[in-house]
Amino acid sequence: MGRSADNPLKDAFASLGNVAVLFLDTIRSIFAKRFRFRDLIEQLHFIGVKSQSVVLLTGAFTGMVMCAQFYIQFHKVKMDSAVMSVVTVAMARELGAVLTSLMIAGRVGAAMAAQLGTMKVTEQIDALRTLATSPVDYLVAPRLLAMLISLPLLTAEAIAISMVSGMLVAVYLLGLDPVFLWSNMLFYTGSVDIWMGLIKAFIFACIIATIACHKGMHCGQGAEGVGKATTEAVVAASISILVSNFFVTLVLNNLLIYQE
Amino acid sequence: MIEVSKLHKSFGHQQVLRGVSLTIQEGESVVIIGGSGCGKSVLLRHIIGLVQPDEGDVKIDGQSIADLSERELIKVRRKFGMLFQSAALFDSLNVEENVGFLLDREQTMSPSEIRATVADALELVDLGGTQAKKPAELSGGMKKRVGLARAIVYKPQIILYDEPTTGLDPVVADSIDQLVIRMRDQLKCTSIVVTHDTRSMRRVGNRVMMLHQGEIHANGTPDDIFNSTDPVVHKFVNGIADPKDLEF
Repeated sequence: MGRSADNPLKDAFASLGNVAVLFLDTIRSIFAKRFRFRDLIEQLHFIGVKSQSVVLLTGAFTGMVMCAQFYIQFHKVKMDSAVMSVVTVAMARELGAVLTSLMIAGRVGAAMAAQLGTMKVTEQIDALRTLATSPVDYLVAPRLLAMLISLPLLTAEAIAISMVSGMLVAVYLLGLDPVFLWSNMLFYTGSVDIWMGLIKAFIFACIIATIACHKGMHCGQGAEGVGKATTEAVVAASISILVSNFFVTLVLNNLLIYQE
Repeated sequence: MIEVSKLHKSFGHQQVLRGVSLTIQEGESVVIIGGSGCGKSVLLRHIIGLVQPDEGDVKIDGQSIADLSERELIKVRRKFGMLFQSAALFDSLNVEENVGFLLDREQTMSPSEIRATVADALELVDLGGTQAKKPAELSGGMKKRVGLARAIVYKPQIILYDEPTTGLDPVVADSIDQLVIRMRDQLKCTSIVVTHDTRSMRRVGNRVMMLHQGEIHANGTPDDIFNSTDPVVHKFVNGIADPKDLEF
């Protein structure tokens, strides 16, 4: 214990390795269909349905504020009608996936870590293992799969609502012409932009679910341990999303954008 | 048969087990006693593979489990049932789902067969009719009995009891002891009971082992242990504190 605290770098790499092992084990479990369908439906409801208000508010107000801000700059160069195309491309490629994932990391990631952490400290995870059941199959696989299904859909929803809300601000608040806005938006937004956001959401889903489940299943003792695991899950998932976003963007730009 | 050989385990700088060796024959009912924090529960967790030893080996029916992966251990654990100190019921499931958990996972029985088997197991622990209750609605003694029903419902070969009577009033503790004896006699399975309740030890064990300073300090019948002249055993079974422990 003391030795590990003296080597934070070694500790960090060990933790990263454990997360990777958990992820691969979970993927194997998903393909082997060792999870219960009922658990998947419960998690889809928890992640997808119960996150609606958070995602809709995030998407709507981000679209609105971006429209209001971009308008100021575009108005200076007489390109008012390009406002919505920039809002849409920015949301589709970057902000839709990143902001939705950060919100889900806060809401769902924290809940996953707290739930599994509580199960760990009350010996429920050990009880699962004594009942010849792998915690990966029973707890992690349905959560990861539900996150992989839900997050891209929530991201698409956030992008769509940001377009609608941005249009409303542009037309009714800023007085811009809806026909020019709409045609420019459609002209400059390609399916590749949407794909980029959805692929990112898929990757961020892996990050959030795996980190949250790992932190929960390896939390310390007592209420303090659960609290610490919950905080660490949200912080680690959020930072991982922001850092990985840069590298994923570089890779996807090469694969999707520069190949066009 | 359970064979534990030269088991060592440390947590950080604290050495908990220092070369524990023991053999438990099929059908035996063994009680492991010892002071708080002496490593009784850690030993029990090694036997079911919940903890990996630093050194030494655990063999279940001749199969070494010390180096098995988590997936390989699942097959071995099917031979076991375990009652946890806190009962460790799944709080999101009701009593019926808790008790029928493994039967439902294995899918070898129809839902109606599972319901009937669970009802029988609950009757065995005198908790018939509580199927729809959630663990939060149960008292400590009831939780232990549900935990016991969950551990025996699939008829394991070996049942492990981790402090089954700790924290219960004497009457409920007595009922748990009776249940442990009933399981031992009806299911003819191997039982290992970890406890520091000497009354319980005398009633449920055919053989008693005392763990002290990370090693098996005494091993014999309950009478041997109660009549032992060894100062450590004598102090423990008679509940005599060391005078230096009382100095503040």
